[in-house]
Amino acid sequence: MVKEIERAGLPVVQMCNLLPVAKTTGANRIVPTISIPYPLGDPKTSREEQNKLRYHRVGVALSALTSDIQEQTVFKVDI
Amino acid sequence: MKKAIMYVNQFFGQIGGEDKADFKPVIRAEQVGPVQPMAAQLHGEITHTVICGDNFMGSNTEEALAFIIGELEKLEFDLFIAGPAFQAGRYGVACGSVCRAVSRRFGVPVVTSMHVENPGVEMFKKDMYIMKGGNSAVKMRGNLADMARLCNKLLDGEPLLGAEAERYFARGIRHQAWTEGNSTAADRAVDMLLKRVRGEAFVTELPIPKLDRVPIATAIHDLSKAKVALVTSGGIVPVENPDKIQSASATRWGRYDISSMDRLESGVFKTIHAGYDPAAADADPNVVVPLDALREYEKEGRIGKLDDHFYTTVGTGTTQGEAQRMAREMVECLKKDGVDAVILTST
Repeated sequence: MVKEIERAGLPVVQMCNLLPVAKTTGANRIVPTISIPYPLGDPKTSREEQNKLRYHRVGVALSALTSDIQEQTVFKVDI
Repeated sequence: MKKAIMYVNQFFGQIGGEDKADFKPVIRAEQVGPVQPMAAQLHGEITHTVICGDNFMGSNTEEALAFIIGELEKLEFDLFIAGPAFQAGRYGVACGSVCRAVSRRFGVPVVTSMHVENPGVEMFKKDMYIMKGGNSAVKMRGNLADMARLCNKLLDGEPLLGAEAERYFARGIRHQAWTEGNSTAADRAVDMLLKRVRGEAFVTELPIPKLDRVPIATAIHDLSKAKVALVTSGGIVPVENPDKIQSASATRWGRYDISSMDRLESGVFKTIHAGYDPAAADADPNVVVPLDALREYEKEGRIGKLDDHFYTTVGTGTTQGEAQRMAREMVECLKKDGVDAVILTST
């Protein structure tokens, strides 16, 4: 799906947990998430912590959309 | 008697379903689930079953592999088997990861089985024998028989006849072999050329693998003027699932209005994805479709506008062909609505 969106010329960032799969299938902009069933917020942590993590990683995804990249890139997250 | 050890996930290891996908790896001195029928066909003994949850392996790969390798160091075995994984993506990647680690550490042959659309095939076929398997557990018996046939040749030291004949995915390893009739390369090349000139069918001896790569789309220059849309393969839908998107092997997708919402409320949205434990996503759908965070960025002016709709389907067991078609249909809407960039979340 990511490739079809990009093929149409739209910059797209994939947020996912299984980075090797995203790399193999050919996503160009990738931001890691924390798990499969809850990509952007661990229910075992407080709502505040979840919001902070989600806000941060979505922020990284937005930066990825504005980054000129020359090759497939996994963007670094801090939390 | 030669010895083998086999790996299965939490489901086939009889631990449980998606709610047990975080199960940490264990090694048991018994034959669990599909290991029994495999053992019945093998020219050797399967002494242990390794079981690990697919999510645990996916999210904590290093920890899981370190534990499994550490336990295997205490054991003797001549062959390692994993799966079959069918079209289950996480399971396929898990089988590939374990097999590769075992092969590197112990140098024993490793065998698994996957459906051609399993992402594990592309990732691992160079490193191991991956038998061409079916797309679901309905094909368990046949897949186990195929795997056992190859495993027995490896255990018995019989020569293999190559990927095509043995029905595993070609590994890109070239072997020297006698052709039927001992015709030389020059003869075969001329034969091929003549066939081509005559417009007849011929089979190349050196297939070039095709890599489907998409050129990197130009970055957004000024995000504060851009319209961003959210797409997910995580199966988040309005609770009544109005478009009846399938929980697995999806052929349908949905586009839902979020223009008046600051977040996706539990009870209004839920996930119908059958490939992961829905508890967290049902309790707070924003963990899969981060509408709340994007609204904040919209209010702050970091993005110009969030699209009025989000797009959703289910990415488990979904064929690449269907995923392509659905994405193309989504792109038509996205373009019509003037969307400049997309965030796609996957589970």
